[in-house]
Amino acid sequence: MLQELAAVDTHPLAETAARFVGLLPLLPLAGFLVNGALSLASSYKRGPADPSAAGAHDGTAAEQVAAHGSDHDAVARHPYAAITSVVGTLMPALSFALAIAIFLAMVSAGDFSTPYVRSYFDWMVTGDLQIRWAFQLDQLSMVMVLVITGVGTLIHIFSIGYMRDDPGYPRFFAYLNLFVAFMLVLVLGASYPVMFVGWEGVGLCSYLLIGYWYNVKSNADAGLKAFIVNRIGDVGFLMAMFMIFANLHTLDITAVNAAAPSLGFNSALVTTICLFLFMGCVGKSAQLPLYVWLPDAMAGPTPVSALIHAATMVTAGVYLIARSSALFVMSPAACITVAVVGTLTALFAATIGLKQWDIKKVLAYSTISQLGYMFMGVGVGAYAAGMFHLITHAFFKALLFLGSGSVIFAMHRAYHHTGNHDDAQDMRNMGGLRKYMPWTFALMWIATLAIAGVPPFSGFFSKDGILGAVFERAQHGTLAEATWLGMPGSAVLYALYGLGLLTALLTAIYMTRLMLYTFHGPNRTGEAERAQLREAPWSMTGPLVVLGVLSAVGGWLDLPATLPLGPVGLLDKWLEPVVGAATATAAGVVGEGVTSTEYVLIAVAVAIAVLGIVIALVRLRPAALLPKRDALPEHGIEKLLENKYYIDELYDDAIVTPLVSGSRNILWKGIDRGIIDSFFVNGSAALSRGVGWVGSQFQSGETGAYAWAIAIGALAVLGAFTFR
Amino acid sequence: MIAEALFFSAVLFIIGVVGVLIRRNAIIIFMCVELMLTAVNLSFIALARLHGSATGQVFVLFVMTVAAAEAAVGLAIVISIFRHHKSVDLRNINLLKG
Repeated sequence: MLQELAAVDTHPLAETAARFVGLLPLLPLAGFLVNGALSLASSYKRGPADPSAAGAHDGTAAEQVAAHGSDHDAVARHPYAAITSVVGTLMPALSFALAIAIFLAMVSAGDFSTPYVRSYFDWMVTGDLQIRWAFQLDQLSMVMVLVITGVGTLIHIFSIGYMRDDPGYPRFFAYLNLFVAFMLVLVLGASYPVMFVGWEGVGLCSYLLIGYWYNVKSNADAGLKAFIVNRIGDVGFLMAMFMIFANLHTLDITAVNAAAPSLGFNSALVTTICLFLFMGCVGKSAQLPLYVWLPDAMAGPTPVSALIHAATMVTAGVYLIARSSALFVMSPAACITVAVVGTLTALFAATIGLKQWDIKKVLAYSTISQLGYMFMGVGVGAYAAGMFHLITHAFFKALLFLGSGSVIFAMHRAYHHTGNHDDAQDMRNMGGLRKYMPWTFALMWIATLAIAGVPPFSGFFSKDGILGAVFERAQHGTLAEATWLGMPGSAVLYALYGLGLLTALLTAIYMTRLMLYTFHGPNRTGEAERAQLREAPWSMTGPLVVLGVLSAVGGWLDLPATLPLGPVGLLDKWLEPVVGAATATAAGVVGEGVTSTEYVLIAVAVAIAVLGIVIALVRLRPAALLPKRDALPEHGIEKLLENKYYIDELYDDAIVTPLVSGSRNILWKGIDRGIIDSFFVNGSAALSRGVGWVGSQFQSGETGAYAWAIAIGALAVLGAFTFR
Repeated sequence: MIAEALFFSAVLFIIGVVGVLIRRNAIIIFMCVELMLTAVNLSFIALARLHGSATGQVFVLFVMTVAAAEAAVGLAIVISIFRHHKSVDLRNINLLKG
């Protein structure tokens, strides 16, 4: 203990702003407390005396009424909206400022290979198990903290405009602040259990925010679905933690990473641990087969989709794998599994994204697909590339979601004015919005080019980094030499590279389709609505502009050596102390210099992206599109895609229905009512009644019988004494 | 001497017990109970004499006192039962039934 304290004190970050690392999550937590109190206070004040509560017992009913009718009824702005706006956005902003200060301190501290760990109190101490509530700052968590607080602050600012007329305004900000706090705990946690607290906390906030408009049952159901599906993954995370502790007797991330080689290279044990960890990631990061919750999560307000279900929470799985890189490189089988699952998810989700009509659903499947790319990257041991895509994805996907939020906001307002009840999120009802929302239009095109992988936008560099890494790993390194399910690793990785390219093509197509149907072609809203369409206020467009700039230039964070347009490989170098060793292990012998193959790969990637956009531009006819209510049913493969391969129906039939009917018929009717109720509950009653009946037969009331009993008893006692 | 006294006492006691067990008339049962008490008294006296101690004789006086009181109460109960049931046959009386 003393030694550790000394070690902390001599750490290059010890006397810098980094010592306030504990404040990072505390600030948004304070925001949560204030906003939560405001939310409770306001609902208390609008008690039963308020006529708008319509006889209900408290303000929640009033909220429900107001939220339900928010489209067309006059809604009063929340009485504490002003305080909430200030507190709710200031706290994440302060957190971001502190993160910048810590980042600068880190930069000036130069290279350091041990993370700065700050311990606050003993949390769980029993026997071998010593878990301290400790935060750990290193290059990896710093990157995540900057993304979370930075993008988070922008999305908070956007929410001021987007949510301003919502009756639950302080509640929304309270949840959003709480999410930021938990997300920071997740990335800062110095041991797996602390991380798990954040992991579960963000799951809770996700649930609360998906079901934010809980008066509509489908929203509440979507929240439950997300929560339950995530629990399946969390079992894996927990199992991994148990196994790590059982074998390494520690859960501190640094110690686990240091001790990982003792588990044995490619041993069954380390593979199992990694696969269990990955199971947690599959749930949290919406990969096959647990991705089904993320499209439904779009039921939440759009800023939530941008922050939680695109930029930060769903990338926690990628972070977890990068964090545990020392474990994963010990098991090529697990690594290839991660990459295969990621690639298949990327391709699968991209095909579904081709035929969705809800603008947010397209983006949801796009997010799943891009998360698949990230797993492809961290799976093949290109941790910096995976993290790079995580960062650029946070920029352009947050931009896309906020842009779609801006579009939905405009559509909603137009429908609100005219009392129209059409679907404000369906692209078939939009069209030609570029005239009315030029800023959103331009910024979303930037994001689209970025996600499609068109140079020089950020997504091009990060996606190319991942694909290049997959190609390189297929040539040499531990993964290429390993076998996976009997197949040579090299062949598997080449196949993954091909599928990755195919996904890139589909990505370009579906994103261009989204842009065409939303912003180009004729406008498909009505005449009256058209007059009401206009750009969102600056509080909403401002964050979009910032994200647009970041999406455009984010690639400069980690330029490849092949394209030295500035300082090369900044992020690579930055993350080197954390994941460098693991990356080197996975990569094996690295060839020197830049080869012509790499230029070919880049050319192919660019050609694919451009080809995708061209295909979409040539094939799709926004002019011929009909509004949703006039739309004809689809046929064949398009119908299959529109219905998302019927996976939800399949899960319903294969899992949910058997589970429900099994619970009803076997567990409830069979075991609970049949055995427990009838045998144990009623049986014990019958038993005591029977015993009582037998006993009561002795109470005949006939003194003669009693006398006989006494006499025989006395004789028995006498006999016992005599003949013992 | 002592053996005969104790044997006689045991015979008296057994007659009392059997009477209580097999007879149904409350008065006779009552008399049998008295018989048992008398048997016990007899063995008290015999043993007191054997040991040359007055304690046994004092016990006999106590037993006779209690028996007198018991007879008073018991006969009163029997009379009230008779008034109620017009019978003292214990087979007909099971008010103590649980």
